[in-house]
Amino acid sequence: MKTNLYNYILELGDNCLIAGQRLGELCGHGPSLETDIACTNISLDLFGQTRSYFQYAADIKGEGATEDSIAFLRYEREYKNVLLVEQPNHDFAYTMARQYLYDVFHLLLLEKLQFSQDITLSAIAKKSIKEASYHVRFTGDWVKRLGDGTEESHEKMQNAINDLWTYTNELFEVTEDAKMMAEEGIGVDVATLKETYYEKVTALLEEATLTVPESKYFQKGGKSGIHTEHMGYLLADMQYMQRAYPNMKW
Amino acid sequence: MNKNWPLWEIFVRSKNGLEHRHFGSLHAADAEMALENARDVYTRRSEGVSIWVVESKHITASNPEHNGELFEPAQDKIYRHPTFYDLPDDVKHM
Repeated sequence: MKTNLYNYILELGDNCLIAGQRLGELCGHGPSLETDIACTNISLDLFGQTRSYFQYAADIKGEGATEDSIAFLRYEREYKNVLLVEQPNHDFAYTMARQYLYDVFHLLLLEKLQFSQDITLSAIAKKSIKEASYHVRFTGDWVKRLGDGTEESHEKMQNAINDLWTYTNELFEVTEDAKMMAEEGIGVDVATLKETYYEKVTALLEEATLTVPESKYFQKGGKSGIHTEHMGYLLADMQYMQRAYPNMKW
Repeated sequence: MNKNWPLWEIFVRSKNGLEHRHFGSLHAADAEMALENARDVYTRRSEGVSIWVVESKHITASNPEHNGELFEPAQDKIYRHPTFYDLPDDVKHM
């Protein structure tokens, strides 16, 4: 089995899966009908991308693995998503800030991944770029609206950005698997995206009249399976059905 | 104070060459948000290629109480329909 490639695909797919799961929690619970549908649409886009990644990963793994077994039957330590995307939906500002901070990265990543030497990854990236472009536009608009809105909305958005900032640097951490894949022209060296990322985010936060946090302390661990305390609850919710009724189908 | 966002009427063109049709209404803080919301609420199953949004308050509607004087006089004027012509077989979609 191509272990490096398999692990690298999980890195890509797990971010989509967990970000999608968090947004999907708003299904029927969004602040308004319109934002509820918007968030679940984005969630479904991300699940679609996850499926493409995991079908590919299942092919590589063999041994009867399926997209479902990869998504639902791993243990917490085996998930490689960044800590950012597993943070909970405290309020709508928090949800939009988290998703925006991920979306900017996601689009930059896909724009590079479309030139991957691996034709499957390249195809997934090409298909996903349009979706990710809309996501960053939608969430960026909300960061601006709430940041440059009322005193209360500004405070909530600023708090969300302050809290989540500490998870941004992990996006650019290069794992051993990702490094090997980048050297082979299959993966993207995410460290090269860092400067553009912070430029884009800083410009939007300034437009939103928000203060860019100056903290130099950053959390990490997600990519190596060390997650925050929120991850277990998320997985319990997400995996319950497949664990309680193995192999069940709709 | 009204806590809801203003109401917008949504018009969607489902294919190039067809006209925009009224699809429904939704709430949004401004026109830009109305477009984004309309995209998610009404075109997520690829129903459209173009969207117009108009704030509902800008639509002037006829008063149903005046339906009698507005619309009934037309009912006995069947000669306003072109129904007295024999259509050639070659003419379709009439």
